[in-house]
Amino acid sequence: MSREQTGWVIRNVRVIDPFRDVDSIEDIYVKGEEIGEPSLSTDYSVVDGRDLWLVPRLTDMHVHFREPGFENKEDLLSGSRAAAAGGFTAVCTMPNTFPTIDIPSLVQWQRDQAKNIGLVRIFPIGAISKGQEGRELADLYQMACAGAVGFSDDGHPLRDARIMRAALGYSTTLGRPIIQHAEDPALSEGGVMHEGSVSQQLGLPGIPEEAESVMVWRDVELAGLTGGLLHVAHVSAQGSLEALDYAKRRGLRVTAEVSPHHLFLTDAMIREWNFKPVTKVNPPLRPDGTRQLLIQAVRRGLIPVIASDHAPHHQDEKDRPYNEAPFGISGLETFIGTILGVFIVDGLLDPLSLFRLVTVEPHKVLGLEYPGLTVGAPADFTLIDPQAKWVVDGKKFYSRGKNTPLEGTWLQGRPVATMVGGQWTMRDQEVLR
Amino acid sequence: MQDLVALESLSTQDIESLLDLSQNMAEILDRPIKKVPTLRGKAVVNLFFEPSTRTRNSFELAAKYLSADVINVQQSGSSVEKGETLWDTARNLSEMAVDGVIVRHQVSGVPQQLADILDIPVINAGDGSHEHPTQGLLDALTISQAKGSLAGLKVAIVGDVLHSRVARSDIHVLLALGAHVVLVGPPTVLPESYEELGVEVTTDLRRALSDADAIQVLRLQKERQNSGEIPSLWEYRLRWGITSQTVSWAKPDAVILHPGPQNRGVEIDSDILESSRSWVLRQVRNGVAVRMAVLFRLLGGGRGDE
Repeated sequence: MSREQTGWVIRNVRVIDPFRDVDSIEDIYVKGEEIGEPSLSTDYSVVDGRDLWLVPRLTDMHVHFREPGFENKEDLLSGSRAAAAGGFTAVCTMPNTFPTIDIPSLVQWQRDQAKNIGLVRIFPIGAISKGQEGRELADLYQMACAGAVGFSDDGHPLRDARIMRAALGYSTTLGRPIIQHAEDPALSEGGVMHEGSVSQQLGLPGIPEEAESVMVWRDVELAGLTGGLLHVAHVSAQGSLEALDYAKRRGLRVTAEVSPHHLFLTDAMIREWNFKPVTKVNPPLRPDGTRQLLIQAVRRGLIPVIASDHAPHHQDEKDRPYNEAPFGISGLETFIGTILGVFIVDGLLDPLSLFRLVTVEPHKVLGLEYPGLTVGAPADFTLIDPQAKWVVDGKKFYSRGKNTPLEGTWLQGRPVATMVGGQWTMRDQEVLR
Repeated sequence: MQDLVALESLSTQDIESLLDLSQNMAEILDRPIKKVPTLRGKAVVNLFFEPSTRTRNSFELAAKYLSADVINVQQSGSSVEKGETLWDTARNLSEMAVDGVIVRHQVSGVPQQLADILDIPVINAGDGSHEHPTQGLLDALTISQAKGSLAGLKVAIVGDVLHSRVARSDIHVLLALGAHVVLVGPPTVLPESYEELGVEVTTDLRRALSDADAIQVLRLQKERQNSGEIPSLWEYRLRWGITSQTVSWAKPDAVILHPGPQNRGVEIDSDILESSRSWVLRQVRNGVAVRMAVLFRLLGGGRGDE
């Protein structure tokens, strides 16, 4: 066997593999693009995995890479680099680009681009409605055939109940979910932060939690009516949790995700940041009471997925008066440090349970297959140093979006290496392409 | 004190000393020759991104009575309209060696954001629904001139509190000086969370006005009808308008204030506005005195470089 053909071995690493429900110290062999058989050969390059965690197929099912159309904010390359730096081996890109990803050729184009870049597996989300206008269904089946793994008008809630009913009904024939950004526009119009005591005291227009939850309740009822696959994006309201509970009791095919910033930060940050719009995000940061309920909902399995809602913006756009700045947080590169801070540092979840939410659960929601770290599986995994303490510095992000309310915050835990298909995409915070 | 962005962040001591200084300035306004040389050689900019006549003129006169030079920059016709960010506008003005910026903007927080990037003092002349600190100070000065002191007084703030920057500044200054504050208005525009700060919040005008020593009547913006927050101006007057009937619920010597401009016959009737209880014109006069005090404190004596 020639030197080039041998692979890698990660020795004595704590393997946390939710696909196989395994948490143990192992040696992981990589041969070519795949997980290989254990070998006594000395021709493998050795990585010392002591004190590190190895997690397969970390997946962020909600990112905005902005290409085509808004490349000043992010593009598929810069977004892919941010994903690799953040430890992700797979992401789902939202279709609110220009043009909207609402036809099969655009889905195919994104996948081809991603393949050329080769830093992260991109599973595109297609639009639910043509042009994300909420009037007519897009060609969902043809997009699914081209590789779309779900459908969303994210950024624009699907407000017409008739179209939502149709989308959910149609989803039963596709096996791919309808992902709803739940927000009643009449209730949120003009709002820039959570409506509550902080917004009232700062005199900023508020968005009540009910702007989200009334639509989640409606959608849950429509999922009941149609048997459709509903996935609720970035849940942030107490009433939404009640609706998810109700859906679960009725056995409906309803899932949900929560974003790290809603688990880690509260609306008090708007005051702490002195109105600087780095805290401006939709749905908005909520009060601590809601944050605690979201954490509990993750712990008891009501929310099965954590996803970043990575929403990069150019600094010039964010550097404006609060009401005029766009919504969004650049979230990929702080994801792991944030969720470890919320769940592991305080012992609220064990690592195997936590990583289910960013591996096997998004795969289930999207109908994706991955066998876990078994021989022949694609060698997609991330090495994480759970003890590393580091300070967030947006200027160092690979993402074009430097907009983070975590700027200057100490986090514990960060990815130190990422491998996709047997190729390192990031080592020691250095993205390799 | 480096800037005046919000009364919320001032200590009671800062507020009291500004009010004492304002009282002295009010006495200067009573002199036949009002101009004093205190800020000679200083230049200030009125940077107004929202239409305003009274506040802008009041600041301009205050600066001129103190012998400072003033320029006015308004949004229309300015470089902001050509696409320049307001931060760049402010940085450019600051580079022209001005000594202070007075800013009004329709978005809450803009004066704070400016204060964070400029080295010169920033004075908030009203930001969105956040604060209007010189208005809060002039309201406190007016009530204390009428009543001697604010401690223990019941002050009702009536109307669209939710969208009112005047109300927010009033609440902070009145609480700091020991008044009992009641907010009253339609439930759609009443920020109930102010109860957390020890403020009484009610929709019942009679309850709010009974035994009140002072009534601050807020301007009702006509947009509230379009946005569905009130049914009609007429119905608003019936339920929350200050009329000869409703004012009779307050103490007989209660004083009436209004930050202006007034909608006569909507939130306040003309006969009340023109009655002896009305201190609204004194508010306007005190406004100049308060702004002189603030300019003096931030640009002059308080910094030891006079």
